[in-house]
Amino acid sequence: MSSIENTDLKNQLLADFQTLQMQLNGKSLLPINQLRNEAMKNFAHLGFPTIRHEEWKYSNVSSLAKQNFNFEASSDFSNKDLKEIHLPHLKGNVLYFINGVFHAELSHIESPGDYLQVVPFAEAQEKMPEVINRYFGQYADYKNDAFTALNTALAKDGVVVHIADNKTLEEPVILRFIGDTRKEDVGSQVRNLIVVGKNAEVKIAEAYRTIGDNRYFINTVTEFVLFEDARADYYKVQNESDKTHHIGTTQVYQQDRSYFYAATVTVNGGFVRNNLNIVLDGEHIESHMYGLYLPSGKQHIDNHTLVDHRKPNCQSNELYKGILMDKSTGVFNGKIFVQQDAQKTNAYQNCRNVVTTDEATMNTKPQLEIWADDVKCSHGTTTGKLNDEAIFYMQSRGIPKKEAIRLQLLAFAEDVVSQIKIDSIKEYLEGLIVDKLAGLGK
Amino acid sequence: MLTISNLHARIEEKEILRGINFEVKPGEVHAIMGPNGSGKSTLASVLAGREDYEITNGTVEFNGKDLLDMSPEERAAEGIFLAFQYPVEIPGVTTVNFLKTAINEIRKYNGQEPLDAAQFLKKMKERAKLVKIDDTLLRRSLNEGFSGGEKKRNEIFQMAMLEPQLCVLDETDSGLDIDALRIVAEGVNKLRDEKRSFIVVTHYQRLLDYIVPDFVHVLYKGRIVKSGTKELALELEEKGYDWIKAEVDSLEVA
Repeated sequence: MSSIENTDLKNQLLADFQTLQMQLNGKSLLPINQLRNEAMKNFAHLGFPTIRHEEWKYSNVSSLAKQNFNFEASSDFSNKDLKEIHLPHLKGNVLYFINGVFHAELSHIESPGDYLQVVPFAEAQEKMPEVINRYFGQYADYKNDAFTALNTALAKDGVVVHIADNKTLEEPVILRFIGDTRKEDVGSQVRNLIVVGKNAEVKIAEAYRTIGDNRYFINTVTEFVLFEDARADYYKVQNESDKTHHIGTTQVYQQDRSYFYAATVTVNGGFVRNNLNIVLDGEHIESHMYGLYLPSGKQHIDNHTLVDHRKPNCQSNELYKGILMDKSTGVFNGKIFVQQDAQKTNAYQNCRNVVTTDEATMNTKPQLEIWADDVKCSHGTTTGKLNDEAIFYMQSRGIPKKEAIRLQLLAFAEDVVSQIKIDSIKEYLEGLIVDKLAGLGK
Repeated sequence: MLTISNLHARIEEKEILRGINFEVKPGEVHAIMGPNGSGKSTLASVLAGREDYEITNGTVEFNGKDLLDMSPEERAAEGIFLAFQYPVEIPGVTTVNFLKTAINEIRKYNGQEPLDAAQFLKKMKERAKLVKIDDTLLRRSLNEGFSGGEKKRNEIFQMAMLEPQLCVLDETDSGLDIDALRIVAEGVNKLRDEKRSFIVVTHYQRLLDYIVPDFVHVLYKGRIVKSGTKELALELEEKGYDWIKAEVDSLEVA
């Protein structure tokens, strides 16, 4: 068996779903609730994956599955707590979610309504039924992926964003997901749906963090739809506690000539699994994926990416970089599918890692499956230590060893951070990375 | 300034320096010559503090301080500079940022205030001109994609910026054509003064046509087997190293 049978968390979630069903009060026939029902059946059948499951070989969720979390946890989080989680020069459309629930009183929408529609997921069925019924659950795989099934069945809140055709959003959309574990162990499931209309443009960031010392489980799914000529920059930024399990899937669907640019930066998190799946279902599409992960201590960070080239004349480009410290572990699994139809595909993948100790481990697996014959594909992975000669070179000019290491690692990370085009997020990350690397070699 | 006494060093089990003695006074230029494998580069590396070598015996004093007790960065801050035979490429770190960090770390070590951006830029422009290095090169990642000549010129530029008391040039001439060699040597000569000393490690005499030494030492099998003035270098150029090898080897047998 490649799933864990009737664990505590699974039983808790099945019971939660029963309770939710009883509260539906006549709405159970709505399409969204039928979908949720189906997803829950899938989760009940699939269960939490074990390490015998090929996709979870290096990422063991058995300890997560034995725990319980309060998915209804209340929070005293208020304006005064915002100081503690300050982002520099924060502006634009900023939405706050505490323990997975939207907080209007903290949030701020700036862009005009004919450009940007933003509705909390919890209200989207009522306020944007046509968007929900058309797109929700249509892209992320709730049939075979247990966590996506679970999220599809039970996610309470998140955001539905719609950018109107031909509109370029000047201000970014910044979604801040805060796990407040100051009182208890918290569970949250976040669901986002982002629809970028024809020839529309948006920059969007998901910023995750925690406050408090209790355990946290967050299971997120973001579905992204880009219509013809749409352009989206998407940044996922994670700074969560060592007691966090973060499982997240970003599922992207692209049409002709659309452009998608993702950067996933994980600075902290006890156990992190990011899935980034992109389907290029049109011609002349561009997809870029950057990643950076900096696990320390016993943190575990796993990035799985999938690029599915279905039509001709598209380009995908991927660069993931890792700095692995202490006894941390990392995983990179990069799949590229080039379907028979997808002639003239250009697909590049590169994963580079630096381990700073003998105890840190990195597992990399590029997976290219190519059925078309006229394509250009390449991939490469490297994992190694910093070059001793380069460190000595810097020392010989008067730079202390620790500083020499730090400078080189910062330069290594900057390749990815420099890709980020929301200044506030970029500056925030640069600060976090400097702080994190300052802890090296203590 | 520098006093090396009975210096022994090895790498793994192999003894490479087997009792080096010599002294460098302020303003002097010493050339260290010798056949391949004689220990020339090892001596340069040991002075700069490369960790691969184990010092098994002897002492090195620099301005009265125990050099062997210092980390490489402390040695740099005390005024020792090694121009590398193979300068290292460091992606993502520009020469400008690298040097600003280095200079200010050295100033901090010596209890001086850091240079501000304007002071640093002024100094950089001045020194870049002195050693004829292109400004745009300095804004690129350190040595990345530089030609052999550009790398060596960058070493001399760094030397000009850090203003060391003792410069150790490790086979700076290797891989350079005659024009590049001349430019590098000119840079070095401009940095010569009555206080600054040089140890020039080279296999060939031709570098010494441009950087004229006060003393020439021949290293063979980890010892200085012959010392003299610049005429010794010319003699080596003419006769090769075999006559010295033969002389030393015959003594060893006896």
